[in-house]
Amino acid sequence: MAAAEGQTSSQTSHDKASHDRTPHERSWHEIVLQTLKRNDIRLVPYVPDRVLTTLIKNIHADPFFTTFPTAREEEAVGIVSGAWMAGLKGAVLMQTSGFATLANVLASLAIPYQIPLIMFVSERGTLGEFNYGQALVCRTMRPVLDSLAMEHHTATRLDEFEFIVDRSIKQAITTQAPVALILSPLLTGGKVFEK
Amino acid sequence: MNQPTNTPARNTKIMNRFDLTSRLVAKLKNEEAVVGGIGNTNFDLWATGQRPQNFYMLGSMGLAFPIALGVALAQPKRHVFALEGDGSILMQLGCLSTIATLKPKNLTMIVMDNGVYQITGAQPTPAAASADIIAIAIGSGLANSAWAADEEDFERLVDQALTASGPTLIGVRIDDRPGTGATRRDPVQIRERFMLGLGVREAM
Repeated sequence: MAAAEGQTSSQTSHDKASHDRTPHERSWHEIVLQTLKRNDIRLVPYVPDRVLTTLIKNIHADPFFTTFPTAREEEAVGIVSGAWMAGLKGAVLMQTSGFATLANVLASLAIPYQIPLIMFVSERGTLGEFNYGQALVCRTMRPVLDSLAMEHHTATRLDEFEFIVDRSIKQAITTQAPVALILSPLLTGGKVFEK
Repeated sequence: MNQPTNTPARNTKIMNRFDLTSRLVAKLKNEEAVVGGIGNTNFDLWATGQRPQNFYMLGSMGLAFPIALGVALAQPKRHVFALEGDGSILMQLGCLSTIATLKPKNLTMIVMDNGVYQITGAQPTPAAASADIIAIAIGSGLANSAWAADEEDFERLVDQALTASGPTLIGVRIDDRPGTGATRRDPVQIRERFMLGLGVREAM
């Protein structure tokens, strides 16, 4: 699910965030890290994605966080659910195809038990996808979220990203309802085939 | 059904889930958390008395150990037990590696192995005739994994787990009897009561 061929464009001129950055402008992944910290989200299990590489590296480097890979995304959902019930807040990082494995755990754990599951989903399958399977599985994501009436936002712009992340985390926790924050290639640069 | 394999590791007494769960609960003196996996595993936990530190899964098959891991990470001073069926853990074998890597010393995992999906009609699991769950656990990095030979051995392994320096996994062979009780299927109350029991919430 995680590793695949191709290059992330975040190290290339495709990186939207690095184009017209002023010295004080933060990248999308800096915003995620800082907003998690500000909201005391300390536990971050993940199944990696190329787009999330820098974010994962920086979360590992920061002793504020307990972060580690899991074998499956639903395993990570179980871990943050248990941790939240025991007083430790968490968030899960994954990519689109990983989200596609979660319908059962959302419907049988996170939603009925009213657990504020916070998910960051790096969006594959659109805006330059080179793997048809990713394009297909991406189309299942929003219908699943909508069929469960789950809160979700697709972040496309850096200027509104911190607002979306910060407010969504706060809403998830106060209403005890899951949220999916979908990181569009428009925000992250995505992953493109460069051969 | 429930044919013992020829592997020496499974040359153990066939015990009973409710009896073993009762023996475990009787040993809990320090508000230890107990996470009961889907189906009979949590039905029998429920039937031992509804401790506020018990959590009952009503779905999410295979996630008892990950949920318990989350509790263990959040509250390192509280010991956490997780009860899981063999069919359930087969769905989430990767979590054994995650737990082996994180090495939480306050987590004890118990696999109730009857070789069948009892609740759906006692069909054999794909592992029943071939795989050894303790060998899988050891291969996943959980060195402190063992089959309990009998009830007395189970109690001894639980005592050891409470003071172990790393996570423990105990395998028990059980009969194919159904669960003794029936958990009240009210997820919000289950979750809220668990949080009260863990000292995270105060009663309204």
